[in-house]
Amino acid sequence: MTANLMLIAVVGVMVGAGVTLVLERSLTRILVGFVLIGNGLNVLFLVVSGPAGAAPILGLSGDPMADPLPQAMALTAIVITLGTTAFGLALAYRAWQLTGTDDVQDDLEDDLIRRRAERDEVSATFDEVDDTELPDEGYAGDATLAPEDEVPA
Amino acid sequence: MVFLVALHFLVAATSPVLVRMLDRRAFLVLALVPAASFVWLLGPVARATEGDPTYEHVTWIPQIGLDVDFAVNALSGIVALLVTGVGALVLIYCTWYFRPNDPEIWRFSGVLTGFAGAMLGLVLADNVYVLYVFWELTTVLSFLLIGHNPERRANRRAALNALIVTTFGGLAMLVGLVGLHLASDTPRLSAILADPPAAGPAVTASIALVLVGALSKSALLPFHFWLPGAMAAPTPVSAYLHAAAMVKAGVYLVALLAPVFADTPGWRPVLVGLGIATMILGGLRALRQYDVKLLLAYGTVSQLGFLVAVVGAGTRSAAFAGLALLCAHGLFKSALFLVVGVIDRSVGTRDLRELSGLRAARPGLFVTTVVAAASMAGLPVLFGFTAKEAAFAAFVDLGHDLGHPGWGLAALVGTVVGSILTVAYSARFVWGTFADKKGVEPCTPRDFSPWFAGVPGILAACSLAAGLAGPLLTPRIATYADQFPEGSHEALLTLWHGFTPALWLSVVAVVAGVALYAGRHPVAAAQHAVADRLPLPDAERAYQAVMRGVDRLAVEVTGRTQRGSLPVYLGIILVTLVLVPGSALVRAWQTPDVRIADNPLQVVTGLIMIAAAILTVRSRRRLRAVLLLGVTGYGTSILFVAHGAPDLALTQVLVETFLLVTFVLVLRRLPPFFSDRPFNIARWVRVGVGTATGLAVAGFAFVATNARTATPISAGWAKPAYEYGGGKNIVNVALVDIRAWDTIGELSVLVVAATGIASLIFLLTDRSMRQVRVRRVVSEDSNAWLAANLHDQRRSIVFEIITRLIFHTVVVFSIFLMISGHNSPGGGFAGGLIAGLALMIRYLAGGREELDNAAPVDAGVVLGLGLAVAALSGLLPTLLGGGVLQSAIIDIAIPVLGELHLVTSVFFDIGVYLVVVGLALDVLRSLGSGIDAQMEDEDAAAEDPNREVMT
Repeated sequence: MTANLMLIAVVGVMVGAGVTLVLERSLTRILVGFVLIGNGLNVLFLVVSGPAGAAPILGLSGDPMADPLPQAMALTAIVITLGTTAFGLALAYRAWQLTGTDDVQDDLEDDLIRRRAERDEVSATFDEVDDTELPDEGYAGDATLAPEDEVPA
Repeated sequence: MVFLVALHFLVAATSPVLVRMLDRRAFLVLALVPAASFVWLLGPVARATEGDPTYEHVTWIPQIGLDVDFAVNALSGIVALLVTGVGALVLIYCTWYFRPNDPEIWRFSGVLTGFAGAMLGLVLADNVYVLYVFWELTTVLSFLLIGHNPERRANRRAALNALIVTTFGGLAMLVGLVGLHLASDTPRLSAILADPPAAGPAVTASIALVLVGALSKSALLPFHFWLPGAMAAPTPVSAYLHAAAMVKAGVYLVALLAPVFADTPGWRPVLVGLGIATMILGGLRALRQYDVKLLLAYGTVSQLGFLVAVVGAGTRSAAFAGLALLCAHGLFKSALFLVVGVIDRSVGTRDLRELSGLRAARPGLFVTTVVAAASMAGLPVLFGFTAKEAAFAAFVDLGHDLGHPGWGLAALVGTVVGSILTVAYSARFVWGTFADKKGVEPCTPRDFSPWFAGVPGILAACSLAAGLAGPLLTPRIATYADQFPEGSHEALLTLWHGFTPALWLSVVAVVAGVALYAGRHPVAAAQHAVADRLPLPDAERAYQAVMRGVDRLAVEVTGRTQRGSLPVYLGIILVTLVLVPGSALVRAWQTPDVRIADNPLQVVTGLIMIAAAILTVRSRRRLRAVLLLGVTGYGTSILFVAHGAPDLALTQVLVETFLLVTFVLVLRRLPPFFSDRPFNIARWVRVGVGTATGLAVAGFAFVATNARTATPISAGWAKPAYEYGGGKNIVNVALVDIRAWDTIGELSVLVVAATGIASLIFLLTDRSMRQVRVRRVVSEDSNAWLAANLHDQRRSIVFEIITRLIFHTVVVFSIFLMISGHNSPGGGFAGGLIAGLALMIRYLAGGREELDNAAPVDAGVVLGLGLAVAALSGLLPTLLGGGVLQSAIIDIAIPVLGELHLVTSVFFDIGVYLVVVGLALDVLRSLGSGIDAQMEDEDAAAEDPNREVMT
């Protein structure tokens, strides 16, 4: 099977441009890049599915049909792109509402963990053992006893 | 047997309802399940102990050879009776242990009943995987029971320790069980034991791993520390899980494998050695406790060590004694825990320094305690005595039976020392709970139903009866032990052997134990001194150090790898894509056969798209980037047309249009320019990574196209699409029939995305809480084209008229497109998008009131309805005798109109249509109307500074 040079060039440029945008910090640019990559990959589906042909509808024409399977896959992908991009736009709007910009900032929690690592500390949720409290059902009695050794008075 | 186990879980699931109806009396109903199991098991157990086991086999997942096998044999039957009998009594006891209207028992009762079922399943399992599943079920359920009162930090930690330690052991055991399965070529335990695999390193390693699981579950050194912490559970749970049930699982497993695998290298040294060490350590710790429940917990650790040592010794008489001891321990230890529960509830303390005068106040309970504790100490005429005598007799002959007199003697001395400690802490328990103590105010216990104290009484009576019924029990227990080669003597349970060494050892144990108890103060001082001066290794500290180390490692790894920067993460992923598959690409590279294009349209469109894509990257204005993006999107749809994909082209155009407007709706709020970034090295890195990724993907495309040799799977779709799918448009049939599961998944994604959008704008997590109710508005001006009340300067009368004229036509067309999509381009996606665009036009022309007029429903209702319609239409064919999501073709003759050719997948497409309309509506309501409302709010706030702005 021969490769369609024009379509492959389109795929390469669209994916390349999309990746460049996705590596930005502005959420709008990231979303634009995301849609570019999505469109580029949908074209990729056409490239690898074989040569152009008649629409895969029975009884429409006698010519050989284009492969319907990648078309069904790409159709799903197109609509999913719509849903996720709209969600991303809502995120961008919300980010703008909260911070006045739609830039994706570095995660603060990660920074906190990094500082803990530098100070050789345990995580914030680590349960340091202290022997002041003993397990007890706390139901019937309030026996809060220390299991100290029995020493003669 | 499957039925019995399943019944436990079914009834456990209904316990919340039972508790609501009957409150704590629900426990009496729940107790019927283990009680009925006990009665049902009596027959099979009687047969099994006469040498006739019962098997049950249910095929579960034949594709991977996973079946459910159960067996009642001489060992599992007896343990199952113990588990169900004690389980029923403990559940009955709970009726009075818990206070009326306790808000937690609806959950507790279900978990405890489920636990009883899991324990029964574990014991009856005759398949390594079934055994493992129930094993881990008991782990998880015991975690919930130990953590019953999660308010105390120590309780949470105790529950977590139990979970981690026993799961660690469980996972090791799973590997061992898989090894056994592979070595013997069958997962059935009875088959493995009947025809054991030849000894070798693989079997030794498997058995070692299984033993790790057994030892961790039975709280042997070095895993013993989780068990005393488990007293965070309510006392009935301690009585059941940590005396009669869960911890016995390890002992049971050792007993099950011992007849065949006791000669595995390392088996006896590990089990007997660790068992005796645990027995002595637990006994010493028990002597130091003030809390009588904790005293019993350490006593359990000690007894488990004893049990494992005896059961693991692997001679006929030891196996006999081991099974008898297991039963005796279950009876007396659960009775003693339940006594502690009664005292705790009626006096309000378990501290033996505060308990005084109870012997006179509770004579019945005192008798129960004396009987059970005497059985624990091994005093005649109780079950504990006869069983321990048998154990001593077995260990006296152990050296001879195994041919290692020295080791046999060492084991015998160890168990006698352990027994001395047992007598001492038994005495300490009775003294601590019931003695009159000088200078301590006598306790005045509250009155309870006589049944409350009666349950431990029944268990104590069983200890007595079983002690007297030795000759009756001997042949039953011997059936299990007969699997071992004959030893020096024939074991039996009897009150009088004659003046044998075993009897003298019993006398030594009792006398020395009483002496130890009498001299407890100097002994305690000595213990204290030793514990203080010698830096003894502490398993619990070691465990905590490991846990701390794991946490530190996690912090270090996270700190080094998680930089929290999105571009860095994405960059790493993309560079990996370029380097790893890219290097494979370079190696697989052959000069490809190329053609320039299929037709001139591809060339023209492709060049425009390439230009637009590059300009998109360079644009600094948001709107410009989005418009250029639109150019590439429309270009893509032209490429689809040129390729012969009309469905794709149609959908692409509609999606692109909708997306463009959605972008603009949000961009109106964002700054017009992207934030200014210096033209620096980071930008060149981005462009570099982008170029490299683009080249790599293009390279993949070349190689993939040229590498293709097989006929496409869809080559044979045309005929079935029409005959089975009932449609001529193969792409549509693929979506609603051939790949319908995929479409269902996609619909779910759309519903989730739409819900996410609404939540981000309205900041409500619950749609039912949304305050904005959708209402129709009626225009004041009856001559208006639309009911809109936009500001006059934003209105366009031409747009309003056109909207008014075309809206309904477009909606009708969208429905037509959806229905006709099965045979010509169209379908649910395209139809739904067109309806969405119609709604968008209404919104753009008339604002959010107009949108509400056009669609006076909540978007969530439309989304949910769509998903429901799609799911139901997927189920519909099953009623007509087909599979899920299969299309059924129905031809109905309608008078006058003619024949109606109905394919059920059209309902699926209706669901798709509705979900897409719902998504569109949600986008418009949120990013359109929602942002409108927030802008108006801010405008109003700007005029009136006292008003709160909603953000």
